[in-house]
Amino acid sequence: MYNYVEDGDSKTTAYVEHDQAKYDAFMARIEAGDKIEADDWMPEDYRQALIKLISMHGISEIMGALPEKEWVPKAPTLRRKLGIMAKVQDEMGHGQLLLRVAEDLMKPYGKTRENLMEDLLNKDLKFHNVFHMPTKTWADAGMVGWLVDGAAIISQTNMLDASYGPYQRALQRICQEEVFHAQHGESIIMALAEGNDYQRDILQESLNRWWPSLLMFFGPASAETTGSSKQDIMIKYKIRKSTNEELRQAFLSKYMPRVFSLGLTVPDETIHYDENEEKWIYKQPDWEEFKQIIRGNGPRSKERLRIREIAYENNRWVRQALATEPVGV
Amino acid sequence: MSKLIETAELAKQDATYLQALKELLFQLADDDLLIAFRGSEWLGLAPHVEEDVAYSSITQNTMGHAAMYYNLLEELGAGEADILAHGRKPEERRNGIYLEKRNGEGTYLDEPYYDWALAVVRNYFYETFKKIKLEAIATSSYKPLANVARKVLMEHPYHLAHWKLWMKQLGSSSEEAKKRIQDRINEAWAEFADVLELGSLANDMRSLNLVMIGEEEMKDKWLEEIQSVLVEIPVGPLGKKYGSGRNGEHTMDLEQALNTLAEVYNSDKTAAW
Repeated sequence: MYNYVEDGDSKTTAYVEHDQAKYDAFMARIEAGDKIEADDWMPEDYRQALIKLISMHGISEIMGALPEKEWVPKAPTLRRKLGIMAKVQDEMGHGQLLLRVAEDLMKPYGKTRENLMEDLLNKDLKFHNVFHMPTKTWADAGMVGWLVDGAAIISQTNMLDASYGPYQRALQRICQEEVFHAQHGESIIMALAEGNDYQRDILQESLNRWWPSLLMFFGPASAETTGSSKQDIMIKYKIRKSTNEELRQAFLSKYMPRVFSLGLTVPDETIHYDENEEKWIYKQPDWEEFKQIIRGNGPRSKERLRIREIAYENNRWVRQALATEPVGV
Repeated sequence: MSKLIETAELAKQDATYLQALKELLFQLADDDLLIAFRGSEWLGLAPHVEEDVAYSSITQNTMGHAAMYYNLLEELGAGEADILAHGRKPEERRNGIYLEKRNGEGTYLDEPYYDWALAVVRNYFYETFKKIKLEAIATSSYKPLANVARKVLMEHPYHLAHWKLWMKQLGSSSEEAKKRIQDRINEAWAEFADVLELGSLANDMRSLNLVMIGEEEMKDKWLEEIQSVLVEIPVGPLGKKYGSGRNGEHTMDLEQALNTLAEVYNSDKTAAW
C-alpha cells in the first residue's frame, strides 16, 4: 500500500559539491538501465528525492496498517480474520523492508529510523492521503484492499524498473504481495455486492466516501495545484515512468468498468470516457483539501498520529531495555 | 475405549467419548481464539516494526489453530465453526481466564496504553503450556485431533522461541524492565492456574486417551519448564483468582473481547460475509 505524494516543503540538507564527471557517468549508467546501489556515488538531489520517496512510502505502509487494523479484530468470520491478519502483517513487512532501504540512504546524513519516527510525529514526514481517512464499516476493510491497494499497484508497477537497485528489488516483492491484497479486498467486496440490502448499502456508502481520496491518491496533475512537484526529477532520474495524471487514467480505465459491473456508482455524474480525447473526464477532487490532509490536518490524522505516539512513548522502556546490553541467548 | 477413533462419525457413537472430546476441543479452540484476539489488538503497536511483523505472524498462526479446532467441532456436530467462534455466550466459553485479560489500559482504537510486559509474560506462559498440551494430544485416541496437534507442533517451536527470547532479554536488561516483567509474573501466578487445568471432564479425557498425560503431570512439566527461565519464582502456589474458565467462569474482559470480535458478525447474523 502506498503512493508518493508531491508536496513542496522538502528540506535541503548537507551540500555536496557538484562533480560533473561523476554526474555524467551516473547519468550514463541509469540511461543504460544500470541499477544504482547504496554505496555508489549519486547526485545529491537524487539521494534526497529517494529518501523522501522511500521514507514516505515506508511510513505510509506502517501508518496504512492503522485504518485497516481497526477491522482486524472485528472481521466477521474466521476466514476473514485470517485473511485480513495476513494482509495487514504484509503491510507492516513492507514498511520494515522500505525503512531498511531508507536507512542506508540516510546514513551519510547521520539520520536513523528513530529520526524518521520523530519526523512523523512532528508532521515533518508525510504519509499518504488515504491513511488520514476514517474507516466506518467492514466495507471499508474491503475498499482499502480492493481500490486503495489497486491504486497502489498501479503506481508501484510504474516504478518496478526504478534506477535505484535496493528500492527496485523491494518493489518486486511488494507488488507481488499487493496483488494478493487486491484479491483479498475484491473477495470482501464481492461478498458484500452479492449480499443483502444492508451489505450493499454499506458497500455503496463506503465507495462514495472513499471516492475523492482515490482520485487524490495519485497526486495532482501538475505542480501548480499544490505549489510544487517532484514528478519531473523522478522521471529524469528514471525512478518512475509516468505522470500522476497518466497513473490516474490507468486506474480509472482498470477499475471503472469493474465498479459499474458490480452495480455500484461513484459520486460524480459527469464521469465518462471521452473516445476522442482518449481519456477519462471526471470532476476534480478538492486539491486544497488534499494539501490539508497530507499536512496532517485530515479527518483522522490527529488520532492516527496519537496512536503512533502512544505506541512509541509507551514502549520506550522496551527499546531502552534492549539497548542496555547485548544479550546472548 | 483405548482404540484409535479415526473419524467424527465414529466418535459420535459414544456419548461419553464425544462429550469429553468436545470439551477438550472447546478449551483448545477458545484458548487460541482469545490469545490471538488479544494479539490482533496489538497490531501496529508493538515496540518496533520488526516485532510487529513477528507478533502478527504468530497471532495469525494462532488464529489458524483456533479455526482448525472449531472445524473439528463442526465435524462433530457442535455447530458451524464461525458460529462457535463468534456466537457463543461468555458462560459457554472454555478459555483460561488469564487469556481474556485486557492488554492494558485503553482500547486498541483509543488511547491504547498496552503493556508489553504483560504481552511477553502471557505469551511465554501460554506457549510453554501449549507445547505440553499439544504433545499430550499428538498421540490422542482421536486421530483427527492428533493430526491437527502434530501440524500445530511444527509451527509452535518458533512461537515459543520468540517469547522465550523476549523473557530472557527483558529479564536480564534494565532494572525497569526486570521490575515490569517480575510484576507481571507475580500477577500471572495468581491467575494462571485454570489455564493448566482440563476442567470437569479431566478424568474422562485421560481415561479415554484423548490426552496422554493428566492435568497434574501437565502442570508439573509446565512448572519445571518455567523455572528454567524465570529469574525469580513467586512464592506460593499458582492461583485462579477469578475462578476457572474451564467451567465457564469469566470476567468482564471476555465480554469486551467477544463484543469486539463479533461486532460485524452480530451486525447481521443472516448475512454471508
